[in-house]
Amino acid sequence: MPWDEGLVNSLVYDRPDPTEGRIVSYVQAINEALGLALECDPSVFVLGQGVDDPSAMFGTTRGLHERFGSSRVFDTPLSEEAMMGVAAGAAMNGMRPVYMHNRPDFILLAFNQLVTHAAKFHYMDNGQTNVPLVIWAAIGRGWGSGAQHSQAIQGLLLGVPGLKIVMPSTPLDAKGLLLSAILDNNPVCVFEHRWLMKKDGIVPAGFYRVPIGKAICRRPGRDVTIVGASHAIELALQAATRLAAEGIEAEIIDLRSIKPLDEGAILESLHKTGRVVVVDTGWMMGGVCAEVGCLVAERGYHDLKAPVARVGLPDIPTPAGYALEQYYYPDAARIAAAVTKVVRHGHEAPPTPVQAP
Amino acid sequence: MADPIIRYPYEGTGIRGFKDFAGAHTREHLVGLYRAMLRIRRIEEEIARQYHEDRMKTPIHLVIGQEASCVGCAAALEDTDLVYSSHRTHGAYLAKGGDLKAMLSELHCRANGCAGSRGGSMHLIDKRVGMAGTSAIVGGAVPIGTGAALALQMRGERGVVVVFLGDATTEEGVTSESLNFAALKRVPVIFFCENNFYSVQSPLATRQPERDLCRWAAGHAVPAVRVDGMNVLAVWDATRTAVARARTGGGPTFIETTVYRFRAHGGAADDSATGYRSEAERRAWEAVCPVALFGEYLRQADLLDAREVDTMERAIAAEIEEAFAFALASPEPVESDLYRHVYAD
Repeated sequence: MPWDEGLVNSLVYDRPDPTEGRIVSYVQAINEALGLALECDPSVFVLGQGVDDPSAMFGTTRGLHERFGSSRVFDTPLSEEAMMGVAAGAAMNGMRPVYMHNRPDFILLAFNQLVTHAAKFHYMDNGQTNVPLVIWAAIGRGWGSGAQHSQAIQGLLLGVPGLKIVMPSTPLDAKGLLLSAILDNNPVCVFEHRWLMKKDGIVPAGFYRVPIGKAICRRPGRDVTIVGASHAIELALQAATRLAAEGIEAEIIDLRSIKPLDEGAILESLHKTGRVVVVDTGWMMGGVCAEVGCLVAERGYHDLKAPVARVGLPDIPTPAGYALEQYYYPDAARIAAAVTKVVRHGHEAPPTPVQAP
Repeated sequence: MADPIIRYPYEGTGIRGFKDFAGAHTREHLVGLYRAMLRIRRIEEEIARQYHEDRMKTPIHLVIGQEASCVGCAAALEDTDLVYSSHRTHGAYLAKGGDLKAMLSELHCRANGCAGSRGGSMHLIDKRVGMAGTSAIVGGAVPIGTGAALALQMRGERGVVVVFLGDATTEEGVTSESLNFAALKRVPVIFFCENNFYSVQSPLATRQPERDLCRWAAGHAVPAVRVDGMNVLAVWDATRTAVARARTGGGPTFIETTVYRFRAHGGAADDSATGYRSEAERRAWEAVCPVALFGEYLRQADLLDAREVDTMERAIAAEIEEAFAFALASPEPVESDLYRHVYAD
């Protein structure tokens, strides 16, 4: 393949982000990744509703259609299922499409092609066909996005063999994980979070990759492990600062990829702290919280000093209104409360028995 | 009691229809088309004959009755052209040149099957000859084939893509979406719709208003043509025209071939007696059997004699016998095979 030596042998960031260097915006980091991929590999193309319009997919695709032409960066009909199939079919025949959606909600229209086709071909034909396809979307939150414009669907896709799912939490990761995803020979979902797009951060210039399937420790701590990805990590870091003031030191494991899951990193941290709180931007039921919680119960049981806690969305559709949203979404305070409860487990008054209704 | 009414009569010109197209072919080519159809018929019959023995643990969808459609289409293609197909895969696979032993090994769930026993009858593949993939979800292969054509266009290759679909596939939204995109980008794809009038046991009339499928396709700005699917030469001619258009940047074509499956939607037997279609209707179509009709035309035109057909039959029978024996002697997959190829390296 035409990726030059510069990329193939480029730096792999598997250590904490550098503390000094060039600062760019999260959006710019994604834009750089797309530009580099388009520049060095003629088989890469970018498609999606509005990728060449003035909004440019939150700015992530700005200028790309001018630089690389409208045959490689193009708008699509509002045909999510067909376009997912078109992208998969092109990927099966030597191309590396990056199919962008401004919300994961629209990927649900294309589940047949994503789940039943793109994720299955390589296995179904005994490894004869690769599907190097990137599906990118930014999870919405707030501003009245509501039930149909804010869904964090990663939990629905966790149980689909053949897919990979990455969820960056920093601008450095957004660029490095997207480049890894484009280089990967499998369908990779990249789920961004709208609230992270306002961030700036240190981002190396040029090529580098963040490996898929490797978690990273964002903060060391002895008392409890907070595991999560994406925007939930930002909230966890805020919670950890508050907890430190109370004398609780939380270790934060940023999964970076939720599929494949870095089980070793989670279990290793649990072994050290004895306690786990799982945080996620999606629903607790059947999602990242449930999967990591089960992993810990199954394989980390003897290290557990307290029950696992989950901090994610309740089993309720997202409300649109501002006041209801405040009750709905977990924040740093709620993560801190969950951590405190887990750390104090066994040192508090016995719970009052719950009365049957 | 089966309804004697013929809901979907054959509307072609039967044996008279061949002479309009025969001029474009050499004798060898005509005999080759006949042989290809006869071979598929005999393979399908042997699969049907052995199916009840339950060694082929896979849902089969036979193409008996539809041979002219797949053979006529594939004969107008080159090895480097790609075919994507639906669940009814045998005809497209064999007509495109797919390996018979690898197919029968796949049907017998063997490790050396064309898909390593991960696909079965509905997922036959032979990339060497451009049999590129299938979907067992109706409409699933349509955008995939369209995307393959987009890739060929972007890479500047001269290949074209044919997507085999059925009448019911035109009811899936993704098919409309794909035709729209193919016309928009003028990608080199042929939507090859084999209209056999039934989706499982649901007749076309319960699924679509009375209309012409070609007008539906043309509504997406895709040129469309309907041909007699029992006439291998008519199918070849329509495909050749569509291939020429696609290769020269003219974009997609929709071809409707009117065909009839002589057996059930799935399995080895015919199910007309259950009453969803009349036996009279099936018999009326069997009377214009695409293999017999073309064989008769070739005999009348002195292009093929009984002795030659006999030699052909023996050679085909020997090939089929050998291929079945090969499949049955092939190894089963082992447990470690299960874990291979979940992800590409």
